[in-house]
Amino acid sequence: MSKHFVIVGAGEAGARAAMGLREQGFDGDVTLVGGETHLPYERPPLSKDGMVAEVFAAKTIATAERLAEAGVAFRGGATVAGIDRAGKRLAMGDGSALPYDKLLLATGASPRRLAGVEGERIVYLRTIEDAQRLRGALGAGRHIAIVGGGFIGLELAASARARGAEVTLIEALPRLLSRGVPEAIAGRIAARHLAGGVRLVFGDAIAGIESGADSARVTLASGTRVDADLVLIGIGAVPNVGLAEAAGLAIDNGIAVNGQLATDDADIFAAGDCASFPLAIYGGRRVRLESWRNAQDQGNLAVRNMLGAGEIGASVPWFWSDQYELTLQIAGLADEGAVTVERELAEGSILFHLSADGRLVAASGIGVGNAVARDIRLAEMLIGRGARPDVAALGDPGVRLKGLLAA
Amino acid sequence: MAEWIEACGEEDVETEDVIRVDRGGRVLAIYRSPDDEYFATDGLCTHEQVSLADGLVMDEIIECPKHNGRFNYKTGEAKGAPVCVNLRTYRVKVEGGAVFVEV
Repeated sequence: MSKHFVIVGAGEAGARAAMGLREQGFDGDVTLVGGETHLPYERPPLSKDGMVAEVFAAKTIATAERLAEAGVAFRGGATVAGIDRAGKRLAMGDGSALPYDKLLLATGASPRRLAGVEGERIVYLRTIEDAQRLRGALGAGRHIAIVGGGFIGLELAASARARGAEVTLIEALPRLLSRGVPEAIAGRIAARHLAGGVRLVFGDAIAGIESGADSARVTLASGTRVDADLVLIGIGAVPNVGLAEAAGLAIDNGIAVNGQLATDDADIFAAGDCASFPLAIYGGRRVRLESWRNAQDQGNLAVRNMLGAGEIGASVPWFWSDQYELTLQIAGLADEGAVTVERELAEGSILFHLSADGRLVAASGIGVGNAVARDIRLAEMLIGRGARPDVAALGDPGVRLKGLLAA
Repeated sequence: MAEWIEACGEEDVETEDVIRVDRGGRVLAIYRSPDDEYFATDGLCTHEQVSLADGLVMDEIIECPKHNGRFNYKTGEAKGAPVCVNLRTYRVKVEGGAVFVEV
């Protein structure tokens, strides 16, 4: 009888896995279960170009034709009520059962909610519907308050300014992007937002948010009040682990998987935003990455291992953010670094982060357009190899990083 | 009708590298291989119209700077997600120290 592989979650990781199974030559049945009714779509544009573009068009990862061609049965708008691990089948929300031989959980993450804050004028950003609602509220003469100086909040702030809206961004900590982005780069991003007309409020906690029918008011601990047409809350995301947890799978800041992305049930794997995994390049440090590239890499790795490859993930974490004309790219985890070396480029700069014993562990770059992309990519390769590059060479823009790869 | 246009000088591109050339409303990418052969493709990635010349050339592969979509620049072949549409390639000749592309 032909094997049936089921993927729960039709975001970047799930959709990639579904297509990846065919690319790997799997000839059994593939079912891709999505909670949203849309075909799989790319989320990165929702806060960036998709928010600024005159006409909103979702960027589909796999069209209905491509899914059909690949023989992937897509079930959109479906919910999964539970996993019967002994019987190897899913209890679907509509009461039916879906048997599986191997199961991939790619359930993603959801915006972290601000407790006790509800109302018409409060929005979060994760889905096409959220993006469309936000788009409708951004325009000249409108005012949006953004709670949280992370990537969602900052990208949204830049997009809102591009559409002519007034923006106040409130960050409880003393600076932007305190999780994972070096202070020097966060400072440059803050300066760009100030120059772009965003009002930045630091080090002030939210005391309360009132949402009326037409407007909202944010009250801060200092007593400051911010009136806005809409309040976007961007205070991080929490992994969707409910299904795995109810099935008795181990949870550790996400669905806990090993280096091969297998859970403690050998027939169930997890990938993408929902999964926490040990990163070999940092001595097995357990991390959970909310990024597009990680979703792609893990979607691919999961299918190879569902097919028995037994491969340990070796990707270096990588992500990017676009704000105004600037692009930020980070390879590796900057907090692993003890020593920092700066390289100035014509239209950007890069910080190389090295461990105390001289191993390159991360690189953070910011510049106009893709000015830092090539060097960050080379840094990613050096990090993956555990290279100990010469510090003077790293700091000297006249030395080509590509040359260090051969060393 | 096909026409040869002068894209750049031989020495404008380093070995195993790429540059962007804008000519007559087109964006081209001109490559110099590790064996110092020249190649040309459309200059924008088929995924999100990003300039490939900011990307990394390794051997015969160009990698998009934005999302790491990979193409073989000699054949234009897309090497897998996120890129699934091949890159258009152009014939190239080198004469008198200049690189010409047939468009």
